[in-house]
Amino acid sequence: MSNTYTQDTLVGFFVACGIAALFYMALQVSNLSSYLDTSDTYTITASFDNSGGLKVKSKVSVAGVTVGRVSAIKLDKNRYESIVEMQIEKKFNTLPTDTTASIFTAGLLGEQYVSLEPGGSDEYLQDGDAIDITQSAIVLEQVIGQFLFKKASE
Amino acid sequence: MQIFQYLGATTRSGFAKLGRATFFLFHCLPGLIDVLQRPHLLIRQIYSVGVLSFLLITISGLFVGMVLALQGYYTLSDFGAEASLGIMIAASLVRELGPVVTALLFAGRAGSALSAEIGLMKTTEQLSGMEMMAVDPIRRVIFPRFLAGIFSMPLLAALFSAIGIVGGYMVGVGMLGVDEGPFWSQMQAGIDFYDDVVNGFIKSLVFGFVVTWIALFEGYDAMPTSEGISRATTRTVVNSAFSVLALDFILTALMFGDT
Repeated sequence: MSNTYTQDTLVGFFVACGIAALFYMALQVSNLSSYLDTSDTYTITASFDNSGGLKVKSKVSVAGVTVGRVSAIKLDKNRYESIVEMQIEKKFNTLPTDTTASIFTAGLLGEQYVSLEPGGSDEYLQDGDAIDITQSAIVLEQVIGQFLFKKASE
Repeated sequence: MQIFQYLGATTRSGFAKLGRATFFLFHCLPGLIDVLQRPHLLIRQIYSVGVLSFLLITISGLFVGMVLALQGYYTLSDFGAEASLGIMIAASLVRELGPVVTALLFAGRAGSALSAEIGLMKTTEQLSGMEMMAVDPIRRVIFPRFLAGIFSMPLLAALFSAIGIVGGYMVGVGMLGVDEGPFWSQMQAGIDFYDDVVNGFIKSLVFGFVVTWIALFEGYDAMPTSEGISRATTRTVVNSAFSVLALDFILTALMFGDT
């Protein structure tokens, strides 16, 4: 009997180790822990002429600190603009209404993200508000094209 | 002319074997009832299939992670991108190496043992003996082993990946001096729970199913001689390795194709 008891214990230990490894991967390795709870966030939108390589779940930052994530990117069919919907955490609820939204690239070849630069207004953005002042993503081909065009005209 | 005869016979016997393997699979499914009635049958098999592979898998995982860190560091440092070492180790382990290397080790460690065990049971007519006692050997002997293989494989693969990442951390951060912050933060930013971890888990589940199925069927289908058992064991390892690598390509194309 003691032999089967030892076997049971070892099997239990093995299963516990396996489940612990799965938990470890879920919490420490993957981004499951950083998925935002939508109840703690509010939504703001911004329309860009070109949202470049921005993706859903790209980060939204103020002064380099991540305050939220992009939740949806849609096309405005009438104005042909890209509407970027962002979930901002509720604790960062003091963004002025004249905040500027720009799409930047982290590093030379890195991911694109939305950077918010707060303005000076006394009123704050509420859930569902839109940011009016935006700056589109820099498309490398356009920049090179403009540079070459300028060089040629000199 | 003889070449055509040979080709035809080989093809036909190949299909016949696949057919037998499929019947074998369906035959053992009702064994679920026996396992539910006697869970101890399953626990004993998880011990011999899973627990006894534990040490091999963890030590292999540790060394694979350490080697990945060393090799990745030399290439990434050329571009000044050492900080991406964490995501590189984690992505390659969780998506590919974890399930695949575990399945190959599992085929060698547990699959060959299963084939030899079942083959010897058949050779010594233990299976026929059970039939004489009105016990269905496929339900009673084969199915618990089958379930144990399917159950153990994802746990072993998860262990392999987790220990591998710890090994990579030890070498990358401890020995090579990569900064700890970006090692983890880039890993967490780059590895998606559903896209990477869950898909890796599904992969290991599929591999566990295939490897155990091949091992048990080859054992059951072996010629009842000592040479037959040795051939069955060899075929188990060869066919498992082949199936796992081919299936890995298909699964990868299905899972990560659109990202």
